[in-house]
Amino acid sequence: MTSTLVADLRRALSPGRVLAEPLELALFARDASVMEGHAAVVCFPTTTEEVQAAVRIARSHGRAIVPRGSGTGLAGGAVPVSDDASPPPVVVVTTKMNAIVDVDEVDRVAWVQPGVLNLDLSRAVAHLGLHFAPDPSSQQSCSIGGNVANNSGGPHCLLHGVTSAHVLALEVVLPDGEVVVLGGLDPDPDGYDLRGAFVGSEGTMGIATRVAVRLTPLPPAIRTMLVDFETVAAAGATVSGIIAAGIVPAAIEMMDSAITCAVEDYVHAGFPRDAAAVLLVEVDGLADGVEEAARLITDIAVAQGARTVRVAAGAEERALLWKGRKSAFGAVARIAPDYYLHDAVVPRTKLVEVLAAIADIAERYDLLIMNVFHAGDGNLHPLIVFDRRVAGTLERVRLAGGEIITACVAAGGMLSGEHGIGLEKRDYMGMVFSDADLDAQARLRDVFDPTHACNPMKVLPGGSRCGDLQHVPEGAWV
Amino acid sequence: MGVRALEKFATEVGGADTGPVTCVGGRSQWDVGGPCLPSVREVRAPSGVTEYEPAEMIVRCRAGTPVAELDAVLAAAGQMVTLDPACPEVATVGGVLAVGHSGLRRLRFGPVRDVLLEAHFVTADGSLIKAGGPVVKNVTGFDLCRMLVGSLGTIGFLAEVVLRCQPRPQVSAWYRAEGADPFEIRSRLFRPSSILTDGASTWVLLEGRAPDIEAELSFLPGDWQAVEGPPSVPAGGRESLPPSRLRSLHGEYLAEVGVGTVHRPGPVGVVPAQGRAADLQRRVRDAFDPSRRLNPGRMEAA
Ligand SMILES: Cc1cc2nc3c(=O)[nH]c(=O)nc-3n(C[C@H](O)[C@H](O)[C@H](O)COP(=O)(O)OP(=O)(O)OC[C@H]3O[C@@H](n4cnc5c(N)ncnc54)[C@H](O)[C@@H]3O)c2cc1C
Repeated sequence: MTSTLVADLRRALSPGRVLAEPLELALFARDASVMEGHAAVVCFPTTTEEVQAAVRIARSHGRAIVPRGSGTGLAGGAVPVSDDASPPPVVVVTTKMNAIVDVDEVDRVAWVQPGVLNLDLSRAVAHLGLHFAPDPSSQQSCSIGGNVANNSGGPHCLLHGVTSAHVLALEVVLPDGEVVVLGGLDPDPDGYDLRGAFVGSEGTMGIATRVAVRLTPLPPAIRTMLVDFETVAAAGATVSGIIAAGIVPAAIEMMDSAITCAVEDYVHAGFPRDAAAVLLVEVDGLADGVEEAARLITDIAVAQGARTVRVAAGAEERALLWKGRKSAFGAVARIAPDYYLHDAVVPRTKLVEVLAAIADIAERYDLLIMNVFHAGDGNLHPLIVFDRRVAGTLERVRLAGGEIITACVAAGGMLSGEHGIGLEKRDYMGMVFSDADLDAQARLRDVFDPTHACNPMKVLPGGSRCGDLQHVPEGAWV
Repeated sequence: MGVRALEKFATEVGGADTGPVTCVGGRSQWDVGGPCLPSVREVRAPSGVTEYEPAEMIVRCRAGTPVAELDAVLAAAGQMVTLDPACPEVATVGGVLAVGHSGLRRLRFGPVRDVLLEAHFVTADGSLIKAGGPVVKNVTGFDLCRMLVGSLGTIGFLAEVVLRCQPRPQVSAWYRAEGADPFEIRSRLFRPSSILTDGASTWVLLEGRAPDIEAELSFLPGDWQAVEGPPSVPAGGRESLPPSRLRSLHGEYLAEVGVGTVHRPGPVGVVPAQGRAADLQRRVRDAFDPSRRLNPGRMEAA
């Protein structure tokens, strides 16, 4: 059965762009989460027509489709799963659709294929004084299509907003193989905002094959500050103080002492190893305004007990500080072989309280948990560092993760600020939504995918609509 | 007590057996999206600001709250929500969101759909549904909030919302010049709040801290006069065009440069979705209101 499926796909695409060997398939069984699935076949279309063909062939063989970009997702969104009654799905990878199709520097819009890497787009338009504002820490490797599907964020989304605010229009291959354009380059396309519905739909509403993104002018002046504190509470109070003063920095990132030490050992950027917490604060804009904002922020931090405020002297030092922040994950790899990066969002005023609760959870489960996160918008990223080869560890990691999420929700937060729900958190959805709320979300998905052919079993828990599967399949957790 | 007001509203809206129903806000944009069928039963969403924590920069209010009332509460803490309707005294929060027309400061602050973080709405079967969450960054589940904005009440009637606040700019100043090239102005300024043109004059709104305004002003070539505010905005109809198309406008208009919204004194035809996109629009309506009982007459294309 799989052999005719593979043969059909090879005829429609090209033999070299359809993989079906067990070793090849294994590479696409996971994303960057700790979950694992199984693909029947993996294909790499290069055009919208090829995506259509792949979708239609998969459907004609009764297979589900799993869209995949770079596979850096952390919620298992691109992990190919199916229920026990259905054969494994077809994975459609967009990495060979990586052309920047058109750049309009006057209207500041670019049409790109979904496989274009986030940072490649910003680099390609830098000479025009523009960039793509959402900047996930994974921006060197994640795709624009993945950013759209997960409505991804990044440090600078504090000022500029997450991906949804930067996507104007989408060309989408629907789960039945037809093509549709959602949204438009004009400000208010008539009708419901289907573009808005698609962004953040985690591959369940079709495959984005072209994306019109807004490009944002690069700021003429930037000040990046590294502020260090003797207590986490003082760092938290500084975040609140900056917000209360009516300043919206480009970014406010927090790192606790454990991750600060790990990063310092890794990048040698002069991060204070004895700090309880550090803040990386960036303001951008026009020179005089930036000076003033930097001065105000320094005053607020010092009033809250900051030990030192280090202002990056130039582009090089700025890049070094950001390298420290963005290579946090590389840094922890030196401590233990595995990490589990959580993502939850809490009211900003509850940050300190929730961090204390997380420290308590770490102690009870005897786990190392580090925190490096987007403090300005309350987006926590507890990072559990572990070695899965030690018996029983993975189970403790899972249980601690569940407690972290529970603590965040209890503080008035939500399950995910930017990584999405995917497979990882779908069974937690009932913590924040009623059955009726989930049914409304399921109705929206069904508008696009009434037969649940596209990325089945993701986002919504079983039973959101009748006929849904009840459980994340056995063995999806590694 | 708070929850009861929402439940009472849901009961008023009722289920399929209670027939067609329309939700009335301030009637300031009543005709947008087509006239509501006559003699349809009217309901009003509850009103009042219910929760405001300035340090969180979010505010919770009932959908029937007049925008000016909300704004007064926020102003006291130096904040704002960029709903920016033409008549804030009468327009309600829910009405502005349901219509989905952004205000004149969209160039800087983005479309009105981006302010809605959480929505409690009543569906056609009378149930009270929550979408989104009370935090500024959230990807927990599918984005029904974006769908509700601009839906003209045809997916559900907004009962209570949580909105994203912004710091109120310390300085807010309009300037006008004759004969300037508004498109060149757009490329010179860094973060203008608004650039308007009627083909002869150009208006610019600069907002922020004093040093920012001074710097932006220094980028403006020619002779600029400080003025009270924007010109009166033609209210007959709105065109939605890719921003570069504004270079070739004819007739009487006020255009939002860099955005693409064109305000006209007379009615403007809309271009409804075609083909498969139109089919998806209809499927949305079918999914949430199969009997078309919510705001009948509006959003006819779906
Ligand atoms: C070290 C590290 C740091 C990270 N930092 C951040 C961060 O700061 N902020 C953040 O938001 N995320 C972060 N992430 C998570 C991840 O990088 C983002 O979610 C990213 O957007 C995923 O892109 P991708 O191309 O890898 O998508 P994949 O992992 O391949 O897929 C993700 C989801 O998108 C769907 N999908 C992919 N392409 C398409 C398409 N064309 N059409 C429809 N659906 C599609 C998939 O089905 C899946 O559900 C980080 C990940 C890692 C490993």
